[in-house]
Amino acid sequence: MRSPLGRVRGLGSAKEGVESWWLERVTAVALVPLTLWFAAWFISLSHSDYTTFIAWLKAPLAALLMVLLLIALFVHLALGLQQVIEDYVHSGAKIPALIAARFACLSLGIAGILATLRIVFRN
Amino acid sequence: MPQRSARPLSPHLQIYRPQLTSVLSFAHRVTGISLGIFAVALVAYLLAAAAGPQPYALAQALARSWLGHVVLLGGIFCYFLHLCGGIRHLFWDTGRGLELRAIYASGWTVVIASTVLTVSTWVVSSMVAR
Repeated sequence: MRSPLGRVRGLGSAKEGVESWWLERVTAVALVPLTLWFAAWFISLSHSDYTTFIAWLKAPLAALLMVLLLIALFVHLALGLQQVIEDYVHSGAKIPALIAARFACLSLGIAGILATLRIVFRN
Repeated sequence: MPQRSARPLSPHLQIYRPQLTSVLSFAHRVTGISLGIFAVALVAYLLAAAAGPQPYALAQALARSWLGHVVLLGGIFCYFLHLCGGIRHLFWDTGRGLELRAIYASGWTVVIASTVLTVSTWVVSSMVAR
C-alpha cells in the first residue's frame, strides 16, 4: 500500500509505465508490415510521375495504410524520443525537450494525415 | 528533494571497451532517431504531393539526386538495422534468447541480416529504376 504522502511526493512505482511500454510494442509490431509495404511502394513508384503517384495514393487501401503508417510511426517515434530524452537529458532542458518532442511528433503526424486526405479527396 | 552532487555516471564512456551488445544497443537508439528525420522527410514528401505537381517534382528531384541517393542508402541501412534490432527486442520481451551466447548469436544475425537486406534492396531498386 502506498501512503498518501508517498503518492504526492511521487515515490515508488507510478503504475502507469506499462501502458507506454505496451504501446511501443504494439506500434512496433504494426510498423513491421506497414514500413515494408511503404518501402516496396517507394521503390516501385520512385521514378513515376505526379499523376501516377496521386492515382496510387487515391486507392482506398493505399490511403488507409498510409494513415495507419503515419499514426504508428509518430506514436512510436514520440515514445522512443521520450526514452532517449529521459535517459540523457538531466538539465533544466529535460521538460522543454520532452514537450517539444511530443508537439513535433503530434504536429508532423497530423500534417502527414491531412496531406494524405487532401490528395485522396481532391477532385 | 535533497541537492544531488555531481557524481560520475556509469558507464564511463572514456574507458569503456565497446562490445557488440553495447554497440547494438546504442545503434538501435541512433538509427531510431535517424529514422525520425526520415519520418519528417516522408511528411514533407506528402505535403509536396498535396501542394501540386511543381512541389512534387522538386521533392522527387531531391530524392533522385546524387546526395539524395546517398542519404536514402543510409536511411535504408538505418531502417533494416532498427527493424532487425526491433524484432530481436520483441523476441527478448517474450523472455527468450537472453543467455549470453544467444545474445551474441542474435546480435551478429542482426548485423549480417541488415547488411544483406540493405544491399539487396539497393540492387532491386536500381533494377526497378532502369
